[in-house]
This record gives sequence, structure tokens and C-alpha cells, in this order.
Amino acid sequence: MKLLKDKLNLDFMKFGNAAVIMSVVLSILSIVSLSTRGLNFGLDFTGGSLIEVSYPSVPSIADVRSNLALAGMQDAVVQTFGTASDIVVRIPPRSEEESNADISTLVLTALQQGVEGEITVRRVEFVGPQVGDDLTEQGILAVLYSLVGIFIYVMFRFQWRFSVGAVVATIHDVIMCMGFVSLFQVEFDLTVVAAILAVIGYSLNDTIVVFDRIRENFPRMLKSQPHNVVNASINQTLARTLMMSLTTLLTLGALYVFGGQIIHAFAFTLIVGVVVGTYSSIYVASTILLYLGVSKRDLLKVEKEGATAVDVRS
Amino acid sequence: MNQYPIWKYLLIFIILAVGAVYALPNLYGENPALQITSTRGFALPADLTTNIEDALVVEKISFSSAEQQGNHLLYRFKNTEDQIKAADVVRKALGDQYVVALNLAHSTPEFLRKLGGKPMTLGLDLQGGVHFLMQVDMDTARSQQLDRYVDDIRAVLRDNGIRYISVRHEGNGLLAMLRSAEDRARTLELLRTDQSLQGLDVSELPAGENFGIAATVQEKQLQELQQTALKQNITTLRNRVNELGVAEPIIQQQGADRVVVQLPGVQDTVEAKKIIGATATLEYRAVDESNDAFTASQTGRVPPESRMYTDDNGNPILLKKRLIVSGDQLIGASASFDQQTGQPSVSVTLDGVGSKRMLDFTRDNVGNRMAVVYIEQKPNGTKIEDVISVAVVREPFGKRFQTTGLDSIQEASQLSLLLRAGALAAPMEIVEERTVGPSLGKDNVDQGFNAVLIGFALVMVLMAVYYRVFGMVANLALLTNVVMLVSLLSMLGATLTMPGIAGIVLTIGMAVDANVLIFERIREELRNGNTPQASIRAGYEKAFSTIADANITTLIAAFVLFLFGTGPIKGFAVTLSLGIVTSMFTAIMGTRAVVNLIYGGRKRVVKLSV
Repeated sequence: MKLLKDKLNLDFMKFGNAAVIMSVVLSILSIVSLSTRGLNFGLDFTGGSLIEVSYPSVPSIADVRSNLALAGMQDAVVQTFGTASDIVVRIPPRSEEESNADISTLVLTALQQGVEGEITVRRVEFVGPQVGDDLTEQGILAVLYSLVGIFIYVMFRFQWRFSVGAVVATIHDVIMCMGFVSLFQVEFDLTVVAAILAVIGYSLNDTIVVFDRIRENFPRMLKSQPHNVVNASINQTLARTLMMSLTTLLTLGALYVFGGQIIHAFAFTLIVGVVVGTYSSIYVASTILLYLGVSKRDLLKVEKEGATAVDVRS
Repeated sequence: MNQYPIWKYLLIFIILAVGAVYALPNLYGENPALQITSTRGFALPADLTTNIEDALVVEKISFSSAEQQGNHLLYRFKNTEDQIKAADVVRKALGDQYVVALNLAHSTPEFLRKLGGKPMTLGLDLQGGVHFLMQVDMDTARSQQLDRYVDDIRAVLRDNGIRYISVRHEGNGLLAMLRSAEDRARTLELLRTDQSLQGLDVSELPAGENFGIAATVQEKQLQELQQTALKQNITTLRNRVNELGVAEPIIQQQGADRVVVQLPGVQDTVEAKKIIGATATLEYRAVDESNDAFTASQTGRVPPESRMYTDDNGNPILLKKRLIVSGDQLIGASASFDQQTGQPSVSVTLDGVGSKRMLDFTRDNVGNRMAVVYIEQKPNGTKIEDVISVAVVREPFGKRFQTTGLDSIQEASQLSLLLRAGALAAPMEIVEERTVGPSLGKDNVDQGFNAVLIGFALVMVLMAVYYRVFGMVANLALLTNVVMLVSLLSMLGATLTMPGIAGIVLTIGMAVDANVLIFERIREELRNGNTPQASIRAGYEKAFSTIADANITTLIAAFVLFLFGTGPIKGFAVTLSLGIVTSMFTAIMGTRAVVNLIYGGRKRVVKLSV
């Protein structure tokens, strides 16, 4: 079975400029969404408490709220989680004087009130305010360091123009993912950070495969313009790019549908990342390569200073 | 022809076989079990098993097996009902010298265990339990250390007969005021040379009314002391957790000033927090006999060498500021009844330094009173100080003695537990807590495995339809990849968490990539008119550098994730990196071997099923 015709030759780079405009527009939209709607930061970053309990029968949310208010927690947010008998209570961080660590006990006592049968604790999470700041710093550092590491590796294996292409494409993907997470107000927690870092790995993987083909094709297609070399490389790797995205999306889809609520945000971010990453490795990375004026000279081995005669020979 | 040399087939076979053996323990379930350890970590006596087994026989509870693993005994039971009944029986039979913990022991068969095979441990999010992240209050730890220096300097000066005006700490420095230039010179000498005062930088203060000395503790020394305090806190926490009777707890340092405590299977977080968070310690202080406490409390004039306390009847009492012995010099405590009065009491054993100081004090103070102060640091920074007993020293004593004045035997045993577990060297605060109930854990396991299975099945169907025979070969590689990944994770003793499962799922998606790259190359070579055999060879060779480059960049990202991530993110990074490595092996070498076996030996291959 084949997805694509043999000897496929679509002129991807014809839409290069259009793609750049689209990417710029979407990136701006992402940044606008990030700065106006912001991220729906989860407990990991904001600090505070979260208590998930399962009731023996469906409780009335209003009763739960009033019980909590009576116990002095007017600021508690009550929501159902998954099923109607599962309730999540979120409580913002308390000031220094009050003991944060004891809140879960108070909440559980309040929730049990007026309920026949016993409520089951599904999970309790409490994060102090110190922890969230550290996480933000660690997350930003992790993204920066992986970009630096990748830049260096690609420069070493390819050439600096490729490094710029790969890193810009990666930043593009990260911005898009964050933009979508912000637009849909997906809860931004530690798993989403992990997903964004996984997207970096995935998108690079895709980009490198295309770059690898470009590197291979330049010496072979000495008479062609860089535009055509890039186009041919994308066409030759297209079947693989699509197949790879498809298999990854299948597994991620399974994770999203069957993996349970805890893993939703993670799977959502990765699905966005895989779609954006596939697009960016075709358009963003390669277009940048052409903008930067990549040529055969960049990839032919230069034996010593002034030995550029190699490309004159043919 | 496409043939591997025999040794290469053998190597692949051996690696796969080893992988399969170490992945095997994960297929066996778990038995409810009791884990018995000695409270203070002593070796278990030989007759312990007879005691336990006799007790179980009396109650007619049958166990399925008993074994000694390292420093603990493990009894397996058929069901949790027997296990819980047995726990009560064994606890009663052994007393508080031993910790009896409920445990789920994996039922890996003997021959696999002899090879070092063990299943992956499930993370707290999968099996339920409590996770605490505790932060040590280093500011307080620092000021406590400076206080200790002040005490030590005073003791050295007293021992050498130098009378001082004051010794105190200010900010990060220490100040000593003396009466004469001669005293100052002697003190300077002592501060530089005395064995008990190390790591001090000392200098004379400019001439004034008094003869002063300024001293600062060297930064290196302070940091060392803080590290020691953190290590001591970890030891203390470990002791306390042992008292709780938790099987396989994790207590680790994280970063410079944090400690992670993970208690699998614990559901009662309130009790756990009470024991872990309590920072109780005892101080033994002399009663100030030369001043009257009532007058002092009425006039508000407290003598400078004493402090005002309230005893358990609410009466004021003056205690000397100079400490005789504190909780960290205590090495043992147990609840008992006083032999003379029959009152509940705690008998205490001190270490060498503590017993010498106690002996020095009691020898000079027979007939005087000594008070025991119970100090509890609450997590929010407030401090409770109770004078729990005031007793007349009847005779000099050192290493062992009794503390009486407790209300009940329960109070005595609670106090002895806290004393045994030790004092925290620096106050700690819980900055993160995560509790996962057993029902959520079970849901996570079910959903996680479902997602893996379904994702797996979908990818396999797609590969088989799209690449036919080669697709089936890739599917075989995918299966072995999961086996290899599981065996590596088990061998490393990794903990499987929900993000870890996500990592496995993602690896499945990415593991087929190498095969897709190779198969697309083979198709391309065939289209270019190459023979099937040459196409196979060229396909594998040309795809290799692409696969390597693509995977190394992903490994870089995963490595950074590992460096910066904590807990769950680390788990995800580990599975992802291991998955990349195993997939390189199975997708390149593994599939090549199978393809060679199918096509390599044939003389004429007309068409490849790719």
C-alpha cells in the first residue's frame, strides 16, 4: 500500500512565502493569546491545594460549596472531575501564618459532612509557593539548554544555517504549542512542560530527516538551484514524514481517549506539537534554510583553505 | 548476499534472551505480606522466626512462605484478610522492638530472583501513597549553629577559669567581651587552638571600655554544618518512618535544602504528617535555686543567666540558660513504669559526650533540682516549650536514667517514640504533598495499560497493511522493543509512573520511525531499478546516518529533561531515552537479521513485499 505516488514532485517551496506569512500570523496570535488570556497555570506552578474525592452517590455541588464556606474556605473552587460523583476542590495558597499543610484535613472533614456512607480520597495535592517559582525557572532553563545543545550538535554535523533553521523551527513549535494551550485554556502543569519538551525532540527528529536528505542531495544535484534541491528532498522524505506523524498521532490519540483525565493535557499538547512539528519541518526549517542562502558550497567538503575548486569541476 | 555472520545472529539472540528473562518478573503478581524489621536496625535474632510462627499457629493463621531478605523477614499470605489479622498477632507477640509493616511482595519465582530479576516498582501515582517534599529552614539552622558556638565558647572560657562579661552572636558573627587585656590574649589563643572550636576566624575589637573579640564562623564550616544538619534530618526522618511501619519508603535529599519522603501504600496522611512533621526534642536544664521564680515573675526581673518557664501546673519556674544535655545526645528511650513509684516513665540512654556532661552536672548538684523541657516546633514556626518534669537529683548519674512525671503510659510511649526517632537538627516545613488514593492508582494502571495496548495495536495494523511482510518484521521489532525497554527499566530498578507510561507510548510511536525510514529507502532503491538484494542493503546503509542524527537530537532533549526535571519528568525522560536506545537496536539490527533470514539466503528474489 502506498500513500503517495512514486516520483512525487510537488513544489512545496512555491508556497514558502505564504507559509512564512501564515507562521508569522499564527505566532503573533499565539503570543497575543499568551499575553491576554495567559496560561491556565495548574497547581504545580501556582501553589495551593487540590483534593479529589469520590462520593458514594452524586452530591449536590451547592451543598459541597456551602459546607466548605462554613469551614472557612469561601475561596474554594469546586468542580466535578470525570464522573458526576467525583469532585475536585481547589484552594488557593494561604498566607504564611496559616498552616498550608493542614488544609487537606479541614477540607476532607467539611466534605464528609452530611454525606451518608464514606467518601473516598482519590488524591490530595499540596504545593507550597516556593516550589512553583523553582519549576518555572527549571522549565525555562530546560528549554533554553536543549536549544543550545541542539544548535551545537546540528552545527557540528551539518552547518550553522541548518542550526538556525532547526532552532527557529523548534522555537516556532514551542510558541504554537503554548499558544494552543493558552487558547483552549488547557491546565498548564508539569506534564504539559514534559509534553512541550517532547515536542522539541519530536519536531527536531522530523527536521533532521529532511535536512539529512538535503545534505545528501546537494552533491548529487550539482546543477540544480538550492530551491529545487530542497523541494526534491522534501518530496523524497514526504512519505516517511506523513507515516511517522500518523503512527505517533495514533498512539497519542489512544493516550488521549483511553489514558484518563490525568494525561489529557499531556496528550493534547503533544498532538498539537506533532501536527505543528510536521508542518514546521517541511516549511519553516527549509524556508529559513533558503532565506539564509544555503548553497552547495556549504555542504561540500572543503579539503583546505581555498580549495573551493571542487564545485567548479562539474 | 544479505547474510549476517553467525556470531551476529547469536549476539542478537543472546541480548533478546537476556532481555526477556529480566522482563519476565513483571508478569508475576504480588502477594500480601508482612515485613518485619528491628526498630533500631539491629540484626534479627535467630529465634525470631520461631516466636512469630508459634504466635501464628496459636491464632490458626497460615502463611504461604517465609524468607529472610537482607535485614528483614518477609511472610507471605494467601489474602489480605490473613495478612491484616497476622499483623495484629505478630505486633502483639514481638512488642515495640520490631516494626511490622504491611507490604505487597512480588511473587517472582526463586530462579529469577537468584538472577537478580525483579519487577518494576510502581510509582505512587500507580499504587497509591503519600509524597512529601520538605524544606529545611536553613536560616534557623544557621542561627542554631551560632548559638551552639556561643555555648561552646562559654564552656571553654569557664573550663579555663576566664571570667567574661558576655558572649553572644550578632548577625553572622560572634562577640565576646572580657574584663582585661590579659584575659583577651588568653581567650584569643584558646579560640584559635581549642579542639571544640574549629572553623573560627577571630580578631580583636578596637579598644573601648571593654576588651572585645569578634569571631566569624568560616563559610565552609557553616556549609558543612548545614549539610550535616540535612543528613541528620534525613536519618531522623528515616527512623520516624520506620516507626510508622511503612514498607519500602523513599527518603532522599533533593537539591541543596530539600528532602523527598515517599510512603507507598500509606493512606492516613494526618497521622503520617504528625509523626514526620513533629520536631520534638528534650532539653535537660538545671533549676535556678538561688533566685525565687515567683518574685521574678511578679517583678519581671529575670536573672541574666536564667530563663522563665511555666511548669505543668502553670507555676513559673526559673531554669538556667546553660544546657546540660539536649535531644541529639540521646541514643535510646523506652517507656516503662518507675520501679519505686509505679508511675509511667521514660528511661533514657545518653551518648558519650552527653553522659559525661550529665555526670559532671549531677556530681556537683546532688540535692538540687533538674528540669526536663519538651520542645515541639510547629510547622508554622511557633514553638511549644513544656516543662514536663522537675525532679531532685538524688545521686550522680550519667549514661542511663529515668524521666518521670508523665500522665499516662500512652504519653510515655508517645514521648519515647519521638525521642527514639530523634530530634530534627534543623526545622523543616512541608512544601509539597501529593496523596494518591488506591482507587485512583488502580484506575491509572488500567487506563495506562489500555492506552498502551490500543496505541500499540493501531500502529501494528497500520504497519502490516502499509509495508506487508516488512511491516510484520517491524511489528516483531516493536514487540521486542517493549520487552527490552521493560527489562532495562526493571534491571535499573526504575519506578514506573504515569508519565513513564506516556514515555513508553511515545517511544512506540517513534520506534517505528527507524523502520519507516529504512523501508521508504528500500522502496526508493527499488524504484530506481536496483535489484531487491541491493535495495535492502542500500536501504539499511543509507537510512542509518539519518536515524542516528534524528535520534541523537531527541536524546539531547531527553537528557536536558532529565537534568532539569524532578520526579515525574525525570521518569518520562528516562523511559524516552532508554526507548530510543532499545529501538535503535531492535529496529536496525533486529529487523535486518529477520529480513536477512527471510530474503538473504535466496538465490533469486524477484519481488520484495515492502
